[in-house]
Amino acid sequence: MNVRAQISTVFHLDKCIGCHTCSVACKNVWTDRPGAEYMWWNNVETKPGTGYPLLWEDQEKHRGGWVVRDGNLRPRLQGRKRALGNIFYNPKLPGLDDYYEPWTYTYDDLFNTPAGDDQPTARPISAITGKPLEIKYGPNWDDDLGGSSEYAARDPNLGALTEEERRQLFSLERMVLFYLPRICNHCLSPSCVATCPAGAIYKRGEDGIVLVSQEKCRAWRMCVSGCPYKKVYYNWMTGKSEKCILCYPRLEAGQAPACFHSCVGRIRYMGVLLFDADRITEAASSPDDQLVQAQRDIILDPFDEAVARKAQQDGVSASMMEAARASPVYSFVKTYGLGLPLHPEFRVLPTLFYVPPLLPVVSSSSKEGFQDVSQEGLFTSLDNARIPIRFFASLFSAGNESVVTDVYRKLTAVRLYERAQKVKDVKPEDVSLALEAASLTSSQAEGIYRLSTLPTMKERFVIPSMSREGVAKRKASLGSERVWKPKRRR
Amino acid sequence: MTWIKDVFDPKARRWEELYRDRWQHDKVVRSTHGVNCTGGCSWGIYVKDGIVTWELQQTDYPTIDPEIPPYEPRGCARGISSSWYIYSPLRVKYPYVRGALLDLWAKAKEKESDPVTAWASIMRDEAGRRRYQEARGKGGFRRVSWDDALDIVAASTIYTVKEHGPDRVIGFSPIPAMSMLSYASGARFLQLLGGVTLSFYDWYSDLPPASPEVWGEQTDVCESADWYKSAFIATVGSNVNMTRTPDAHFLTESRHAGSKVVVFSPDFSDVSKHADWWVPVNAGQDAAFWMAVNHVILKEFHFERKPAAFLDYLKRYTDSPFLVVLEKSKEGYTAGRLLRANQVSGYKSEENGDWKLLVYDAKAKSLAMPQGSVGFRWQERKGLWNLEMKDASDGREIDPLLTFLEDNDGILQVDVADFAADRGLKRGVPFKSVKLSGGSKALVTTVYDLLMAQFGVSRGLEGDYPKGFDDDSQPFTPAWQEKLTGIGRKTVISFAREWAETAERTGGKCMVIIGGGANQWYHTDLTYRAVIASLMLCGCVGKSGGGLAHYVGQEKVAPLASWSALAFAQDWVKPSRLQNAPSFHYVHTDQWRYEGPYSAYYSVPKESPAEHTIDVQVRAVRAGWLPFYPQFNRNPMEVFRDAENSGAKTDEEKAKWVARQLKEGKLRFAVEDPDAPENWPRLWFIWRANALLASAKGHEYFLKHYLGTHTGTVADEVAKGSTKEVTWREESPRGKIDLVVDVNFRMDTSALYSDVVLPAATWYEKSDLNTTDLHSYIHPLSPAVQPCWESRTDWDIFKAIAKRVSEMAKAHLPAPVKEIVAVPLQHDTADELAQPSVKDWAKGECEPIPGKTMPRFAVVERDYTKLYDEFVSFGPLARRDGLGAHGVHWDVSDLYDELARRRPFTFPDGRKLPSIEDAVDAANTILYLSPETNGEVAYRAFKSEEAKVGVALADLSDEGRKTSYTYDQLVEQPRRILNSPVWSGIVSGKRTYSPFTLNVERLVPWRTLTGRQQSYLDHEYFLRFGEKLPTYKPKPDAASLSELGKSDGRKGIVLNYLTPHGKWHIHSTFSDNLRMLTLSRGLEPLWLSVKDAGSIGVKDNDWVEAFNDNGVTVTRAVVSARIPDGACFLYHAPERTISVPKSPARGYQRAGGHNSPTRLRLKPTLMVGGYAQFTYSFNYWGPTGVNRDTFVVVRKLEGEIRW
Repeated sequence: MNVRAQISTVFHLDKCIGCHTCSVACKNVWTDRPGAEYMWWNNVETKPGTGYPLLWEDQEKHRGGWVVRDGNLRPRLQGRKRALGNIFYNPKLPGLDDYYEPWTYTYDDLFNTPAGDDQPTARPISAITGKPLEIKYGPNWDDDLGGSSEYAARDPNLGALTEEERRQLFSLERMVLFYLPRICNHCLSPSCVATCPAGAIYKRGEDGIVLVSQEKCRAWRMCVSGCPYKKVYYNWMTGKSEKCILCYPRLEAGQAPACFHSCVGRIRYMGVLLFDADRITEAASSPDDQLVQAQRDIILDPFDEAVARKAQQDGVSASMMEAARASPVYSFVKTYGLGLPLHPEFRVLPTLFYVPPLLPVVSSSSKEGFQDVSQEGLFTSLDNARIPIRFFASLFSAGNESVVTDVYRKLTAVRLYERAQKVKDVKPEDVSLALEAASLTSSQAEGIYRLSTLPTMKERFVIPSMSREGVAKRKASLGSERVWKPKRRR
Repeated sequence: MTWIKDVFDPKARRWEELYRDRWQHDKVVRSTHGVNCTGGCSWGIYVKDGIVTWELQQTDYPTIDPEIPPYEPRGCARGISSSWYIYSPLRVKYPYVRGALLDLWAKAKEKESDPVTAWASIMRDEAGRRRYQEARGKGGFRRVSWDDALDIVAASTIYTVKEHGPDRVIGFSPIPAMSMLSYASGARFLQLLGGVTLSFYDWYSDLPPASPEVWGEQTDVCESADWYKSAFIATVGSNVNMTRTPDAHFLTESRHAGSKVVVFSPDFSDVSKHADWWVPVNAGQDAAFWMAVNHVILKEFHFERKPAAFLDYLKRYTDSPFLVVLEKSKEGYTAGRLLRANQVSGYKSEENGDWKLLVYDAKAKSLAMPQGSVGFRWQERKGLWNLEMKDASDGREIDPLLTFLEDNDGILQVDVADFAADRGLKRGVPFKSVKLSGGSKALVTTVYDLLMAQFGVSRGLEGDYPKGFDDDSQPFTPAWQEKLTGIGRKTVISFAREWAETAERTGGKCMVIIGGGANQWYHTDLTYRAVIASLMLCGCVGKSGGGLAHYVGQEKVAPLASWSALAFAQDWVKPSRLQNAPSFHYVHTDQWRYEGPYSAYYSVPKESPAEHTIDVQVRAVRAGWLPFYPQFNRNPMEVFRDAENSGAKTDEEKAKWVARQLKEGKLRFAVEDPDAPENWPRLWFIWRANALLASAKGHEYFLKHYLGTHTGTVADEVAKGSTKEVTWREESPRGKIDLVVDVNFRMDTSALYSDVVLPAATWYEKSDLNTTDLHSYIHPLSPAVQPCWESRTDWDIFKAIAKRVSEMAKAHLPAPVKEIVAVPLQHDTADELAQPSVKDWAKGECEPIPGKTMPRFAVVERDYTKLYDEFVSFGPLARRDGLGAHGVHWDVSDLYDELARRRPFTFPDGRKLPSIEDAVDAANTILYLSPETNGEVAYRAFKSEEAKVGVALADLSDEGRKTSYTYDQLVEQPRRILNSPVWSGIVSGKRTYSPFTLNVERLVPWRTLTGRQQSYLDHEYFLRFGEKLPTYKPKPDAASLSELGKSDGRKGIVLNYLTPHGKWHIHSTFSDNLRMLTLSRGLEPLWLSVKDAGSIGVKDNDWVEAFNDNGVTVTRAVVSARIPDGACFLYHAPERTISVPKSPARGYQRAGGHNSPTRLRLKPTLMVGGYAQFTYSFNYWGPTGVNRDTFVVVRKLEGEIRW
């Protein structure tokens, strides 16, 4: 056992309203600079949809993550050795069409147009070339099912569905959407690290944050392809790749990352998880249908004395241990089993987990063409769900439907349990049955309810205090030294 | 993978300083966004090296109750992109004037050194005037100095006041709550001047007229935390996720806490994601669904099961037991007016007997007169205006009978109108015969019995009753509504059952969250009344977690009383000139000229005569129902002089003289001849608004008739011959307005079309106050940096204008002048009893009596040389008269003196008055004098209300009595507002604000005719138009609206044109912000269904043109399965300044904005006045600027795109 502390996160998708406040918070603080315009370290996607960059989930196209070959885990793109052979040409690198050409407008024309015979307007121009631009794609192009027949219909996860299910998803009365906010997953087994020929990407020892050293990066851009989530971006101005840094400057000050702080849906949770680093490769190599369980298995119990002793030996700080015990992420992922990794088949062991959204129910048309909403039950039942379970299994369990079904049994049981408290129109025996089917005790149901609805910021974000005393000697020179300044590589 | 190593090495990590450096900042300042948004979110503005870098939310709202989710964080993608504006290329950095005008000004100034005389010479130069008017919106701006800009503005102001009258100066700014001092700056200037402040809530079609109709309340809604307490939430035309972004979490959390959520929306809207049921009711047809819901509730619960809680609630809190007189109609009986106390011998001599209503007491088996109706509110003897179940004459306990079903004198066949099928029905209703004081008899029934008949619940009675839920031949069954709504009967039935059962189990915790998608239709009030009926029938109104939560544009200025006094300068001069904008623009932009009688699109009973809306509008002004400015066809100063010269001495005599002049036709109301040059509005101030586009229903008519520049309308003027009350001028005027002054921080459409643009401070550069009804806190805006470039705060800009006007007045208006101010009959005053019946003095039906049968005419005096001094000091009328709102008043004289001691301003005559020179002083004045922010004032207000109502209330001020907030405290932390009798909810303890709990728990009456929630509206107009009871009327269709005459539908596809509130903007603000444009599609696209787009060969992202006779808009298409067939969505509100190409349909003129295809249509019933809750108040009552009944032709853009 090798105990490692990792700052980990949960996004409760049922609470996500797709407002993109998180995206703008991040953009303002980190990527509002030339060369970084198209970087959305945090973005939000509508599902079904093709996301950003275009069809990032399709690894046939992008070659990200790991595969098990001959019983060994290998980067799908290429290993560090092969990368050297291919170093000047990466055929899988996403192009401008997969992202978009950043734009702005001729705003000045509104002030400066001389008197004429018609109204001036500010037309779009490229933020790079300044030339007029036809806007054809953007960082959130298919938001709210925009262009659904062109975009949503190509969602890679729809492959898991039957032809009939796919057709129904796009008829109005069967319509569905939910949002998928995405940041870097700060993986336990990051394939961006593995594919970097320069060794510029590393995981911070104390908290597991994955960073691209702006000193060491040599612009090979293999990480861009290597990351299956397409969360590493190349800065065309500085010639360095950049990615989500989990707002470490904020974390070090005890503040949640900007996207977490700003999340008005209150969907985000942050806390420490303890992992057994010795078992990472083993877990990442598991058969598809066991990946979720395998990752859960290497999460260690922070209340276990043995784990705590070993953690101390392995250099996990006391404040990390304390945070691990109060971690809402541990509750969601391990205690309640509600948090699932996004595309576990990428085998990178992401440390961001998603609680799937509750399911809207279908309606049906009568012979005369009138819509009727299903009459069964108080709330949505699994069988009547508008989104087939297979879709979620494709997203969150590498196709293992029982993993997703287990989660839904729990979510449904909690609602019934609370409904019984609030309205008392559910029979106690029905509540008991639902809890039993979900393998939940009533106190666990209560716990899930409280963690999902009531938590304050302090309860959602349990941030360990960071030891910064090691760099305190720099204090005298704070602000008067420029440690490093990025320069464009030409 | 052992080669993936954790890195601890500090050397390898020294580069990490890079991002730490970027994060570094110097300070965080508390502010918010004063845009027209209900968010009311407190933000931290980050400043580094003197530059605003970004913003993140403040999260220190005081906790209400740990058992409900906290209010943190609040905010949205729009708010957080706000910092982009400050240093953006869209920022208005300097004053600008259009070159064409500036040249004329320079020339005039060469000849005339006096600026007012110079301005006058430009106004007399008709060709010159036309020249700069035609240049409006077409570039040619020139940067000028503040001095020059102020000269033009002040000269025009003085000229207009002298030449035409102060009521030709108008101003528009919306929704004060989010930056109340900024609003107050312009409004205060205008009211000191005698100018006109235009309303916004009704203009935006955000006012739900059903709220005044049913509750006598503009709008009062729960804070969003109260959603959490609900057990059943139905959202109706309200896209909570998109438009109540900071609050949406309470909806999801309420769901997790066991509540059920049903979403009614024709498209799969964002909030549908949270639906247990998503019910895609056809757009604009919600009323039909809810009528059928009520049918089920009345039948299964009220008639069959009779839950005691429901029946008891109806008796106590609604008009259900009140008696209605059944009158003989052609072939039966029709429900007429409520039975009045003075009609029966027992109560004949009652004071205000016309305004006291009767019930039948089940205990005494006789008529009874419950306390609480409006007559008790305004009578001499106070203390009987309450909801105790007592007969007011002797105080005996009463038990009003809800129905005569068991105890009656027979059954009568009563008329029920079926507007959907355009036919009349007869339905049996039980009645009782009562003896009237004259000896005759009246046949009466209860409102409850009429509801049963109206909704079609037969209860075994004869008549055209449906046979069951499956009978689709009769309204209003579940089967009947299917064809209208597209929703199956099974859904209606199970919805209604679950709704009522949940209400029964939880004591009324069923809530409807309703918004623009339901409210912005012509028949909004009918939709709302159907919805509200389902809440009343199940006892949900006035319950925490229950009731109607109307959220669209409804922001609440919590410290209303002190704010209104300050904003409308009522500390110096009363009354104010407050104008309902829908009437104003309908008349002055000449949109009335483009339509015929309303009967073309408005279903009214056949016997009702077909009229033109403008005629009703004119009568409404004449009768004192609605305000209208300019008032007369002459300068009101001149009218005063003539009155004085005629020998009229007192103010009352002068008012009578005016009335006589009007009767004799020697003086005319301006509304009777709006196109005469002497009746035009002349000078328009716009601030914190986008008045020329975002809110301008009939935008192209604004351009044509107000501005006199290019226009996209090709419609014909067709009103000739169908109007009676208004003068028809053959040629409609173009360019009525002399000068448009826009105060703005961004170059939006209104700025682009204005003559003078003044640079305003942004929300991060000024001090102000912010409240909303979505939460119960008050918090400030405060400056993170000083106003950048040459910008100034709104407060300072209007101060500067006031100063320049005062200076110029010394030569032009040196002495105090008096004038006549006409104001309509006012809600929350005894005017509510003015007109028991509708009579027109102009037709000789009654005498013209000011303040009774016509407007009130007040004499006011203004000293224009003191305008500035008055602006910056809080005037003595506040001290003399006290303050108040919503009919509650309190004394503030000692508090006023305290303010004058703390921060005195020395008036020219030596008096020391409270200073409001600085916006912070104004903020502190507001905070100190209102009950919501000063506990001592709350105590006084409750004491005074106690005396009127006659029940104990003052204990509600106990908790906060010692609290008094200052601006500085709010900068430290947002604070929760205190209990106040101005509002109907209670917030003490751990309570979440929920409206009408004060009424239900403390027996304070609603401010309606019966003092109860009113489902029966017996005003003559509501009887005549067939809207006395909740009903369904067909929505106007494309043919009846006749706006496609010149727009060939065969060229594309005809679609209902909807402009719901969108995701990337708050109205038009943020729509031009690069962040939002990047996250959307670079412009505001037109959303089309897959089928509709396919039928015209349009693919996703193709350019399309949407047009009708009113105008055209060009944008790109988004083709989505989320959109229903038959409708297109253009989310409110893009700017025509951003990415709008030229339009082939209009000969390659620049295409318009989202309001180009719209045109105003006002609903006549909403114009009535002088009758209990139907009595005018600003933003409270009047027709609304509906916009969803619009159809356009959509086609793929032909040829090359041209810029």
